[in-house]
Amino acid sequence: MTLIWLITIPLFAGIASWISARRSDLWPRWISLSALCLEMFIILFFWVDHTSQIASGKSSLWITSVNLPWIPQLGVGFRLSIDGLSLLMVALTAFLGIAAVLCSWTEIKDRVGFFHFNLMSCLAGIIGVFLAVDLFLFYFFWEVMLVPMYFLIGIWGHENRIYASVKFFIFTQAGGLLMLMAILSLYFVHGQITGAYTFNYFDLLGTSLPLWTSALLMLGFFAAFAVKLPAVPFHTWLPDAHTEAPTAGSVILAGLLLKTGAYGLIRFVLPLFPEAAHLVAPAVMLMGVIGIIYGALLAFAQTDLKRLVAYTSVSHLGFVLLGVFAFNEFALQGAVVQMICHGISTGALFMLVGMLQERMGTRDLTLMGGLWTSIPRISGVALFFGLASLGLPGLGNFVGEFLVLLGVYQVNPWMTVPAAFGLVLAVIYSLRMVGKAFYGSADEKRGIPDIWPREAWLMTVMILMILWLGLFPQTVLNTAQPALTAIRDRCGSAAHVTQNVIGGPGIGAYVQTSNDAKVMQGSLPNK
Amino acid sequence: MLDLLWLVPAFPIFSFLAQVLAGSRLSAREQSLVGVGSVGASAALSLAIGTSFVAAPPADYHYSQVMWNWITIGKFSPSIGFHLDALSICMMVVVTVVGFLIHLYSVGYMSGDEGFSRFFAYMNLFVASMLTLVLADNLLLLYLGWEGVGLCSFLLIGFWYKEPENVKAATKAFLITRIGDTSMVIGLFLLFNSLGTLQIQDLIVHASQQWAIGSTAPALAAALLLGGAVGKSAQIPLQTWLPDAMAGPTPVSALIHAATMVTAGVYLIARMNALFILAPVVQSAVAIIGLVTLLLAGFSALTQTDIKRVLAYSTISQIGYMFLALGVGAWSAAIFHFVTHAFFKALLFLAAGSIILASGHEQNMFKLGGVRKQLPVTFWTFLIGAASLAALPLVTDGFYSKDMILWDVWSSPKGGVWLWVGGIIGAFLTSLYTFRMVFLTCFGAPMTPLTSHPKKSIRIPLITLAILSIIVGFIELPHNFGNVHLFSDFLELALPSFASSGANQHGELLLEFIAGLVCLAGIPICYLLYLKSPDYSDKLARSPLGSGLHDLWFSGWGFDLVYDKLIVMPFIWITDFNKADFMDSFYGFIATITQVFHRIFSVTQTGKLRQYVLGITFGAILILGILACL
Repeated sequence: MTLIWLITIPLFAGIASWISARRSDLWPRWISLSALCLEMFIILFFWVDHTSQIASGKSSLWITSVNLPWIPQLGVGFRLSIDGLSLLMVALTAFLGIAAVLCSWTEIKDRVGFFHFNLMSCLAGIIGVFLAVDLFLFYFFWEVMLVPMYFLIGIWGHENRIYASVKFFIFTQAGGLLMLMAILSLYFVHGQITGAYTFNYFDLLGTSLPLWTSALLMLGFFAAFAVKLPAVPFHTWLPDAHTEAPTAGSVILAGLLLKTGAYGLIRFVLPLFPEAAHLVAPAVMLMGVIGIIYGALLAFAQTDLKRLVAYTSVSHLGFVLLGVFAFNEFALQGAVVQMICHGISTGALFMLVGMLQERMGTRDLTLMGGLWTSIPRISGVALFFGLASLGLPGLGNFVGEFLVLLGVYQVNPWMTVPAAFGLVLAVIYSLRMVGKAFYGSADEKRGIPDIWPREAWLMTVMILMILWLGLFPQTVLNTAQPALTAIRDRCGSAAHVTQNVIGGPGIGAYVQTSNDAKVMQGSLPNK
Repeated sequence: MLDLLWLVPAFPIFSFLAQVLAGSRLSAREQSLVGVGSVGASAALSLAIGTSFVAAPPADYHYSQVMWNWITIGKFSPSIGFHLDALSICMMVVVTVVGFLIHLYSVGYMSGDEGFSRFFAYMNLFVASMLTLVLADNLLLLYLGWEGVGLCSFLLIGFWYKEPENVKAATKAFLITRIGDTSMVIGLFLLFNSLGTLQIQDLIVHASQQWAIGSTAPALAAALLLGGAVGKSAQIPLQTWLPDAMAGPTPVSALIHAATMVTAGVYLIARMNALFILAPVVQSAVAIIGLVTLLLAGFSALTQTDIKRVLAYSTISQIGYMFLALGVGAWSAAIFHFVTHAFFKALLFLAAGSIILASGHEQNMFKLGGVRKQLPVTFWTFLIGAASLAALPLVTDGFYSKDMILWDVWSSPKGGVWLWVGGIIGAFLTSLYTFRMVFLTCFGAPMTPLTSHPKKSIRIPLITLAILSIIVGFIELPHNFGNVHLFSDFLELALPSFASSGANQHGELLLEFIAGLVCLAGIPICYLLYLKSPDYSDKLARSPLGSGLHDLWFSGWGFDLVYDKLIVMPFIWITDFNKADFMDSFYGFIATITQVFHRIFSVTQTGKLRQYVLGITFGAILILGILACL
């Protein structure tokens, strides 16, 4: 039941915000904030309550599930399920949701009710994506989070918002369409083989497909997730969307929407198509490496601060792509930590850019400089998140990047070397940002206010989170571990499958037995 | 006593947090009390721990303390844990004691600066990072300290952030050392992948068990770690950041050069000595890098006009000696030189800072002079530091440590005559640039009026360091002269002892004599060239060969220029060229095509019935025609 609440709370709060806006602009803000705090509280309570269950891992991979009939004739069910991985992602969603509401507190003055409705329904969609274990339902939520974001960019965005929102919509929709085709094909293929037509994730897991069919279907899913992630060369919607979106939109885009792509890869692509995933792994890892370097090079060249931060996302998410397709525990754990830390640190950077824009009316790096003198606190916070972004040890992002590279090295050292070079490039763009905006001399002392208490509290919490993830990441690692182990076991070790693929006649003969599907299901609690 | 070890790095971290969180609410006096007091407490505790270690050595001469588990995934489980042995005690004591004196000095030097609290916050973090580095029991935690040191160098070199030049120098320092760090982190991946652990002590055991001497794996691992060491310790080819690092306040330079940062590479190689012993090729590379660096930096130091740049190049050169020693397996000698260098280099920087402060921030030696008469305390302490740097025989630290290195280089099976000759040439260069600096700044007529006299907080560190720069040398005396080996006996609890080849045992006295002579020779030459008749040096510099060499040396052998042209410019050009992301034009192209078709077809929608009828007719004919043909 908790799971349904997790989705409905933001949804209803969104509707309530919209309606209440007639009274005053403050209503939607407070309603959204309290709803998200409640959501956060439920998740944390749930987390603490199930810590031992998660840690024991093997006996019950899925902590709790919901299984309601929806369209039984077509095998569509309202099926939600939560494991450690989804739990982490939902917690991140609630946290960044709170951050998004707080950072638009004064920024959004126009159509406040509708804004919060879009914000909250987008969050509901994201949480749905992280919880759905029915492919039809998953696709439904995938679309639910897309449309409100389109409005957020298109209505409350900056100068070039229409172009950016349309571009965002077309890219995501094109990827989503390919995924829909893949979902339907999988549905029919599975139905033909077993006679049972269903969208149930757990039933589809055991489908034995010929390798090339599997590869084709995998590419459908991969297209949607790679666009969302984004993987180079499907990344070009991102800088426009991030730059033009209002601050809250950027926070959610970078912090959460991109993560749904990574989550999809881990949750669907790897377990549903393990052998096909292995087949393309070298190419995908190469995409990851190119993303790391290419994103960093582009970030260096930007003069629009928001665009700069947007391109750093391309670089950081390259690590995630690289880690996911290394199929080992280090790299997968690293990818998950990187997802969380990138969500927080990049979210914070976008909020800082938002603060600067609100105060100075510009995002242009060349017009800044010497800000440390006027606003030392904001500058200090920006320096902190700049350092997080360049992967300073002791901060969370380092743990993620280090584990990814450590894992990838065991699979393919030649991918690690250029990817590690991304660490050098990260120093270049991060320090350039700090140096240009906050260091240097200001012509006159700018009369702009330093950090406000509302912002200060939020930033303090985010700083503490990054430090906590950097110095005590074990809680997160333990939570994600059972889920990742199951997925990794299902994928088999890279060496094993590569052997099969290279073995020639063995192609296609390598089919996962349904036992593996049982492992994934664990002992699904019946509710 | 030993279980208080964690407090040694914790004190400065607490102070850092206090400065960051509450610095603006404290008075300058409280700020300096917290900032200096924390490092002082660390220093006192380090000395106490060192004493108790010597008095009652723990089992196997090492002590471990695990604070908490950092990351555990399978067999990968680095902790936040400390390892104390003779080597780390030595490093810890030097870092905290010298660090404390520099902090004390900073109270006077930085008083009145608007970023007073920020300065101490960064300095504390610097010391804490360095302590983490030297105490870490695993390479991942060492890497944390390693990067922390790099970060603090960035923060402090760019401390006066309003000057774009300073920010540039700060970024350069962080960036260039990060290049080395990346090589090191790949080394960590390799070590973990092959040996299944990052615990330093386990690594050493596993490496010796699993790898044969001279095989590829240890060579690769050692080379990658060497990359990190070369970056942090400013050795060729990653030395270019250090001369520019002078942009920071002078106490920062003292801290970077003496106690922290640049010695990290020396520590890393000494700590991982077993790995380097397994890779003789890489170990020879260490010696050669050291030798080349000490010579090139020595020549560059000869031509500098900025007093701090002379000292910067001299640091590069002296670290070169330490690398040379490491490369021939003279582990204790390298660490001994690190210790003496920490004292006399800190002294030199602080004394130079005192001169700079008194002259109203004049750093050009040709515009200084007459310090001897006007600032006697500064002069005498500066002179002691300079004598130690130049290795003035018998009475200075520097002589004993440098002599130990030169003798080990001569007599080691991995060393040899040529390395020794290089070392002697380097010693001569050291003497030349040192006394050039002394004569130019301290003697002659004062060109810039020296106003303020050093305060007490500046005098105390100067005098303490001057004393240390003389007496510390006596804890390790050559075989034929005193034969005291307190230092190396202690260090060899943690490091392999030096194995001489036995072939070149004779003539130690002669070699010492030559080394001493080379140093003394520098004094009259510099006296002649820079004080008695400066025309000679001018003429020398103006001759075609002279001016060419002068420019080459002055620019640090043109490394910056080459890197600029080969790496920086192309990088900027390419990124700027692709600022708008060429990949986006592909999608833009699709959009354009769509629009073109849109226009073409919208032309046909005229709304005129005649044209539609015409179109339908022609279309029908066309289709029928095609069908007929088929």
